[in-house]
Amino acid sequence: MAVMMYRQALNLALREEMRRDPDIFIIGEDIAQYQGAYRVTEGLLQEFGEKRVLDTPISEEAIVGVGNGAAMLGLRPVVEMMTVNFSLLAMDQIVNHSSKLRYMSGGQIKIPLTIRAPQGAGMQLGAQHSQNFESWFMHIPGLKVVAPATPYDAKGLLKSAIRDDNPVIFLEHEMLYTTKGEVPDEEYTVPIGKADIKREGRDVTIITYLRMTAVSLAAAHALATEGIEAEVIDLRSLRPMDTEMLVESLKKTHRAIVVEEDWPMCGVGAEVIARLQEAAFDYFDAPITRVTLEDVPMPYSKNLERSAIPNEEKIANAVRCVVGRECRDIRGKMLEEARQTREELEEEEEEEQEVTNVRHHNAQDE
Amino acid sequence: MDKNELIEMYHQMVLIRKFEERAGELYKMGKIGGFLHLYIGQEAVAVGFISSLKPDDYVISAYREHGQALTKGIEPRRVMAELYGKRTGVSHGKGGSMHMFDVEKHFMGGDGIVGSGMPLATGMGFAINYRETDQVCLCFFGDGAVNEGAFHESLNLASLWNLPVLYVCENNLYGMGTAVDRASSIPELFRRAQCYDLEVESIDGMDLLAVKEAAERGIRLVRRDKRPRFIEAVTYRYRGHSIADPGTYRTKEEIQEWEKRDPISKFANYLLKENLATQGDVDSIDAEITEIIDDAVSYAEESHEPTFDELFENVYA
Repeated sequence: MAVMMYRQALNLALREEMRRDPDIFIIGEDIAQYQGAYRVTEGLLQEFGEKRVLDTPISEEAIVGVGNGAAMLGLRPVVEMMTVNFSLLAMDQIVNHSSKLRYMSGGQIKIPLTIRAPQGAGMQLGAQHSQNFESWFMHIPGLKVVAPATPYDAKGLLKSAIRDDNPVIFLEHEMLYTTKGEVPDEEYTVPIGKADIKREGRDVTIITYLRMTAVSLAAAHALATEGIEAEVIDLRSLRPMDTEMLVESLKKTHRAIVVEEDWPMCGVGAEVIARLQEAAFDYFDAPITRVTLEDVPMPYSKNLERSAIPNEEKIANAVRCVVGRECRDIRGKMLEEARQTREELEEEEEEEQEVTNVRHHNAQDE
Repeated sequence: MDKNELIEMYHQMVLIRKFEERAGELYKMGKIGGFLHLYIGQEAVAVGFISSLKPDDYVISAYREHGQALTKGIEPRRVMAELYGKRTGVSHGKGGSMHMFDVEKHFMGGDGIVGSGMPLATGMGFAINYRETDQVCLCFFGDGAVNEGAFHESLNLASLWNLPVLYVCENNLYGMGTAVDRASSIPELFRRAQCYDLEVESIDGMDLLAVKEAAERGIRLVRRDKRPRFIEAVTYRYRGHSIADPGTYRTKEEIQEWEKRDPISKFANYLLKENLATQGDVDSIDAEITEIIDDAVSYAEESHEPTFDELFENVYA
């Protein structure tokens, strides 16, 4: 067992798979000579050469298109979108082609394509570089969508994605790349479609994935000191989704919240809750609630960015609400405080403006 | 050129013409659903190019692709059954007019999004080089595709990576109802491809022998040099963009002018004049093809629709 970073685990998965299967090649922006924007592909050019590790121009539609076309002829491309935000330029290839060529051809074509894309917020990158698009991809039949939270899952799931005969959207989180975890020395894979109980508990289930898994675990740890034992389930795979494990957990805890870093409307939480109310309504002791990203484009300013993203405090508070403990309206309180501060600031500004006006007036008189 | 080869090309053009005429009639009878984009008028392009390929070369096209599908060797029965949405169709009733696929014949679709087949062709060119075979990929698209980003991203990458793809722009002068000179800042479309450092040319797509000559040469060079190439074939569709086309954007006189240059009658005249065929030969080919189309229609009529469980099949491999 070795301790390694998330990005190193991904790198190792790529290396091992490329050594195993000569039909695997990697293309993307700055993945070869530059060694990858987040260093996931570090050293691959050196080991596998220019035939199998290729830098591309900044042409997302063509990058995924080349992946699709090569997959149509039986190769197993791994394409990197430098970030998920840029995958929007490749949406036609992903949505109209990767996911549909098999169906439209009556099953004649396979698309064994892996599309890796870092996503997520937390680095003050502003509205166009901090997004999460899992729900966009999850919406599409024909795609699979996975989102590992730990180095162990990252390595095991990437191997499964590459070996899968279907297009897999492999979402990574930019803030997870340098987080560490144990990875076995021996060969293993993590199956697509299986969630994982990251912490057992009897009182409430926290359903989450990607970076919010670690944040939820921290919240669960804090809640334990209050006597609340939260079970934390990491979905790992978003499409297909392991509804069965969620139902089993709910049968035990009878209460749940969903924690996600994406927007609330049509998000992962909306899907999870719909599934649970269809499959396990009788086991609910309380409505299932969500902790999500605030429903706004991501601002640049550090404090605003931080307050838009779910955190330990918001998660713990949401859990207290569903288990019937004392809980607060965190956003309401913050808005109230903000209003006071803003009134004071505006008063100050008005006073300053008046002083300026008087000076200006006096100057004109002279 | 071999006489039999010439006769075979005539046969293929007439097959497309009659197939499409019949499809248009069947559409109006409600036998065929969805969109129906007919290839009538453009036959020389599909036949000239595809007849110059080896069987294991790849073809990908856009949504006016019945002609190319037939020329690549897909049985008319299976194309017609696909139009009927039957389970015996070439795409098992899942694709329809715009999505004919026959992987065994190396016919890779049938793409319904303007320009989007080009990145796929580029990827197939990549796979051919990766596997180190001497195949080529032939990519058909229309004049509308020239204004899509996919066109420029594909040509740039294919040139940069030396991919064996022959890009064939079928310029039929209208992107749906918008004339090329109302859509392209440079109406000579081969010039739009010129800046990617690949060989470009423009040919008369109404003249089968001109197409054939350019196709033979182009395919040979793409195969030999492992370099992409771009050919603009100027052609014309006599029918509307699809069956539901008000035709408000062009005059009857314009259509009639182009019909005078009809690739099939022109080629028939050539065969007769050069004593390569008699009027009797031409007539018997016409009759033979009418029989093939009749057979295709009966096959489609008699075939079963897809069963309900097939709705859920092949979403995933």
